[in-house]
Amino acid sequence: MPAPIRLRELIRTIRTARTQAEEREMIQKECAAIRSSFREEDNTYRCRNVAKLLYMHMLGYPAHFGQLECLKLIASQKFTDKRIGYLGAMLLLDERQDVHLLMTNCIKNDLNHSTQYVQGLALCTLGCMGSSEMCRDLAGEVEKLLKTSNSYLRKKAALCAVHVIRKVPELMEMFLPATKNLLSEKNHGVLHTSVVLLTEMCERSPDMLLHFRKLVPQLVRILKNLIMSGYSPEHDVSGISDPFLQVRILRLLRILGRSDDDSSEAMNDILAQVATNTETSKNVGNAILYETVLTIMDIKSESGLRVLAINILGRFLLNNDKNIRYVALTSLLKTVQTDHNAVQRHRSTIVDCLKDLDVSIKRRAMELSFALVNGNNIRGMMKELLYFLDSCDPEFKADCASGVFLAAEKYAPSKRWHIDTIMRVLTTAGSYVRDDSVPNLIQLITNSVEMHAYTVQRLYKALLDDISQQPLVQVSSWCIGEYGDLLVSGQCEEEEPIQVTEDEVLDVLEGLLVSNLSTPVTRGYSLTAIMKLSTRFSSVVSIYGSSIDVELQQRAVEYNALFKKYDHMRPALLERMPIMEKTASNGPTEIVQTNGETEPSVPDTKHPPLVTQPANQVTARSHDISVFTIDGSFFVTDDVLLNQWFNI
Amino acid sequence: MMHFLLLFSRQGKLRLQKWFTPVPEREKKKIVRDMTTMVLGRKPRSCNFLHWKDLKIVYKKYASLYFCCGLDAEENELLALEVLHRYVELLDKYFGNVCELDIIFNFEKAYFILDEFLLGGEVQETSKQVLSRSIEASDMLQEAEIDNSDYDLELGWP
Repeated sequence: MPAPIRLRELIRTIRTARTQAEEREMIQKECAAIRSSFREEDNTYRCRNVAKLLYMHMLGYPAHFGQLECLKLIASQKFTDKRIGYLGAMLLLDERQDVHLLMTNCIKNDLNHSTQYVQGLALCTLGCMGSSEMCRDLAGEVEKLLKTSNSYLRKKAALCAVHVIRKVPELMEMFLPATKNLLSEKNHGVLHTSVVLLTEMCERSPDMLLHFRKLVPQLVRILKNLIMSGYSPEHDVSGISDPFLQVRILRLLRILGRSDDDSSEAMNDILAQVATNTETSKNVGNAILYETVLTIMDIKSESGLRVLAINILGRFLLNNDKNIRYVALTSLLKTVQTDHNAVQRHRSTIVDCLKDLDVSIKRRAMELSFALVNGNNIRGMMKELLYFLDSCDPEFKADCASGVFLAAEKYAPSKRWHIDTIMRVLTTAGSYVRDDSVPNLIQLITNSVEMHAYTVQRLYKALLDDISQQPLVQVSSWCIGEYGDLLVSGQCEEEEPIQVTEDEVLDVLEGLLVSNLSTPVTRGYSLTAIMKLSTRFSSVVSIYGSSIDVELQQRAVEYNALFKKYDHMRPALLERMPIMEKTASNGPTEIVQTNGETEPSVPDTKHPPLVTQPANQVTARSHDISVFTIDGSFFVTDDVLLNQWFNI
Repeated sequence: MMHFLLLFSRQGKLRLQKWFTPVPEREKKKIVRDMTTMVLGRKPRSCNFLHWKDLKIVYKKYASLYFCCGLDAEENELLALEVLHRYVELLDKYFGNVCELDIIFNFEKAYFILDEFLLGGEVQETSKQVLSRSIEASDMLQEAEIDNSDYDLELGWP
């Protein structure tokens, strides 16, 4: 049997394949050769074959038949074999397969190996992919290595311990003794991984947190040394000494100082020092500043320090580097609730970011802008946000529209402004408005009683221009149905009333019914609107009853029946809707109202009363809601029940 | 912690994948597809950060290779850029003016270097020199084994 081809040779060969099919053929051929080699239990070439298998696995081909071979390599005495074996284990095995448990014994032996690089391989593998069972079995070995004086092993053991704790949190206690003098280490690798370990323990256990609070002075000292010390070639990154360690210490300080006055006090000075002395010309300095700001904002820092932090973020916003701007916006979003006034000072810069070319920045700026809207700045902010809504990518429009509606609802300076803003959103981003906005808007409009004439006039004019945006059309139809009489009688006070006849209005609504642009839901709205106008206009006599859409057909037939058989009930049924109150927090999913105009009469025992639709069914059809009488009392429910009513 | 680190080319070919959490094989393939699509679809001067599910994605392009990692939401993105940069520096020192071909033909060495730099999704060594010395020593251990063996050099290392 000739020697299996070498790894680099195989890579070279596979790369010459000109088509996917050719590549697949080469791979299959090589896999077959590798399989037979495995079957022959060849020790010499196992390493080479597994390495090739790993390459093919990276290209996307199955390599599960090599799993056991990895275990054999790990068990080998040769370092070369172990290196590839452990790599293979990390790439091909995972804790879902029972096979991985076979590694446990090998890892245990290797953790006690005489060569530190072998121990390192074992620690690395355990720390990357060790399952809970493996961690339970081997935690003791890791704990032992955590106490060694060999810094190469100690740093790896620390991170391995972190992994063990993540997998089996109950084992955290056993590592506590070993943490005793971790911070006295001079070696940066050990220091860094120790800080990571301490952070993990403090995050998971309030007791540990309390226990480790006493380390704050030591951490402050270490951080101070890093900043004050001169150039250290081993750890220098663009003039800053070990930024990785600095950031991790800052993060641990954040956790220790949170909700504790004394600790926060003890770290005040060093935070101010880092915030003012760190070089900001490169990303690395800004990374440290960023972490410092996060820490200042999270602990119980004095107000001067907090203002310093927000100002750093403000400066970040003006930085040329997009990443820095993005990070500033994200941080400001986190602090806007607690330090609202300080963030408000940077409002204009934030609003400018709405015009940034970067999509991620625009999104953050939009979220932050909405968070900053208040009663004082509503007019100015809304102008900017509406402009943004006009020009932004479609992916933002839905969220922006919802945000505008929410902000308008909370802070509208006047009802007219509110209606105008809603109109503006519906006309510019009408197709992106969320479905649930339509009932919300209708509810808002009914509440602005004095604006009904103005609203219906504006909506009517908008319909004349454009009937393609469904939410706009739906809201308009509903309003015209309710307030069409105001429209025709020209009662608008807010602006010049338009001259429009009943026929013109009905033409527009009928146009919606037949238009290809209208969805079935929209057609339902316009049909019901026409129906309601039958009591307000004199010219509606009956409803055309045939339509392909089942829903429309049903409505039309029922409305027709209303005209023919129950005409005496029609005016009462189609009366102006009462002002709706929201009973649920997400809008009119359950709206129960009486308009107080009829006393409930004696219930008819022959006909059992109809129950209100359960909420979930009403939401499923969040379009028009009808009022009709059952046994003298009023129920507001979905008109799906209409046919049941007619059967009584 | 870092959840994964991926290296892929401009054409979306995977050159290295390191997973720090247990993920089923099919899920890994999906994540790789999602990452390559998202990252390769970014406009040239966008910022290097993305959101995907509940992870922060940080990526950077070095020559023809994209380095892309997925992080927990509380990680420092700016520092993650430094982590990626440090890994590139380590590769560069090891291979001498590293290029994509080096990583293609010596992928196992790229993994060995990564495994000395990161462990369980966290940085384990912050000194370039210490790290390089460990890799050298491991390599020498390997060389010594091959030299001492009875093999004909023809049969030796991959």
